[in-house]
Amino acid sequence: MERLSQLAINDEGFIFDPYTGNSYTTNKTGILILSELKNGKSGEEIAKITSEKFNIEHSVALKDVTDFIEQLRSLSLL
Amino acid sequence: MNNTIYEKPIIKKLQTGFMNKFGTGVFKRIRKDIDGVAIERLVEQFGSPLFVFSEKKLRGNYRKLYNAFSNRYPNVLFGWSYKTNYLDTICSTLHQEGAIAEVVSEYEYKKAKRLGIDGKNIIYNGPFKTMESLKEAAEDGAMINIDHFEEIQDLENVAKELNKKIKVGIRVNMDTGIVPQWSRFGFNIESGQALDAVKRISYGGHLILNGLHCHIGTFILEPNAYSQEVKKMVEFAYKVEDEFGYKIEYLDIGGGFPSKNRLKGVYLPPEVVVPSIDEFAEAVCDTLLENLRPNDFPKLILETGRAIVDEAGYLITTVHAIKRLPDGTRSYIIDAGVNILFTSFWYKFNIEMDREVSGTAEPSVIYGPLCMNIDVIDESVNLPPLERGTRLIISPVGAYNVTQWMQFIMYRPSVCIISEKGEPLLIREKEDMEDITKREILPEEYELKK
Ligand SMILES: Cc1ncc(COP(=O)(O)O)c(C=O)c1O
Repeated sequence: MERLSQLAINDEGFIFDPYTGNSYTTNKTGILILSELKNGKSGEEIAKITSEKFNIEHSVALKDVTDFIEQLRSLSLL
Repeated sequence: MNNTIYEKPIIKKLQTGFMNKFGTGVFKRIRKDIDGVAIERLVEQFGSPLFVFSEKKLRGNYRKLYNAFSNRYPNVLFGWSYKTNYLDTICSTLHQEGAIAEVVSEYEYKKAKRLGIDGKNIIYNGPFKTMESLKEAAEDGAMINIDHFEEIQDLENVAKELNKKIKVGIRVNMDTGIVPQWSRFGFNIESGQALDAVKRISYGGHLILNGLHCHIGTFILEPNAYSQEVKKMVEFAYKVEDEFGYKIEYLDIGGGFPSKNRLKGVYLPPEVVVPSIDEFAEAVCDTLLENLRPNDFPKLILETGRAIVDEAGYLITTVHAIKRLPDGTRSYIIDAGVNILFTSFWYKFNIEMDREVSGTAEPSVIYGPLCMNIDVIDESVNLPPLERGTRLIISPVGAYNVTQWMQFIMYRPSVCIISEKGEPLLIREKEDMEDITKREILPEEYELKK
């Protein structure tokens, strides 16, 4: 989580990583997941939040959150 | 906040100097129907995966090709290349359009006759013609194109047995500037081998040479190669006529025209890379008319396969699973593999989705279901995040796939055609256990005890 807390994220989904100088772009769902991860929430918890917020099935939300975490990992942001 | 439209979460690294924000636009390559029949209806009726042929496209392509040639030369005949697609319905449709049959094996020969094609309307090519089939073809009066010296002898024996002279053509090969040169079929012109074959036929006295056949390769992108081919065939034909007294009644220039498909490693779209049929027709017919003697119009035969049927075929598939690879690439597992998509080894197909999907497209891999590393349908195709159950429609797949497909670990799927009236009709049923096991024999001592 330490790496995540260093990231600068704006409302547009623009992300800057001061540690590497890399920048990224994400969408609304991505912003939400990132901020909840920063808050220390688990994947399960975040899935619950997104499924409620977007009114989608929990199983879909959980799969997508897991997938997003894998993307973060592959970008070495986690 | 319930109204907020959900998008699958995605994060992308931005390249420096290329900092524009990604749009979340709707992905464009959508296909909701084939010839007006909804994809979902087809799957409900016949299952997934499913090969779908368009009668409209098939007839349309045939007519376009036929007209391109017949508008430029007075004596044109098409022979449908069975090996490209020998489903009965496809062959019948093309026979209805006026094509005769072009076959390259005893099996194909019998299949054409079974459909009701007269032997006289069958061109019999190929390097392996059994004695029995040569005899049958000679009796039927088929157009036999000889591939090698042994076949000359075989046919002479048939002629003696039938006690009649048999009309034959020979297959020739030559340098047309195309690499690789298909020099293993027929007799080579430049080396003098083809002339030796004519001498041999003339010396034997049992056969009458009346035609020349050649097929320079497949997916030929260079119309000029056909000019070369035609020029050399006409020159050779007149040499044969003048020196041996035969009349060459037909020049069969084979197939090889490309379809609007994309070869792997070619990044320009096929609309840019693939010459139009008119360019090929012009190259062939102009060269013919320039080189033929006045008032001599031997039959021009074409055995075009791919360019007629490829674009008439689609494969509907279904996303079964979604997986992130360790390097971050998104991948999909679909229900159709390379065993039924033989041409995926050369082609980068057009891949369309049956619905609009929002979200950022990213380069994704599409895998088949085969549990084998080679089972990759596309190494990198830009796709938005797809749900399980999304249908992917792959095209063009009408050429060679339904003849070269392999039964492997699962049944081969159904094939249907959408008639010109817009009616989906089943033309080949999905296989079942019986199809696959009926030729097996389990000797008693190997039977498992109950
Ligand atoms: C003798 C012969 N004729 C016709 C064809 C059809 O070729 P294409 O599908 O490239 O038109 C082939 C294909 O290999 C062939 O071998």
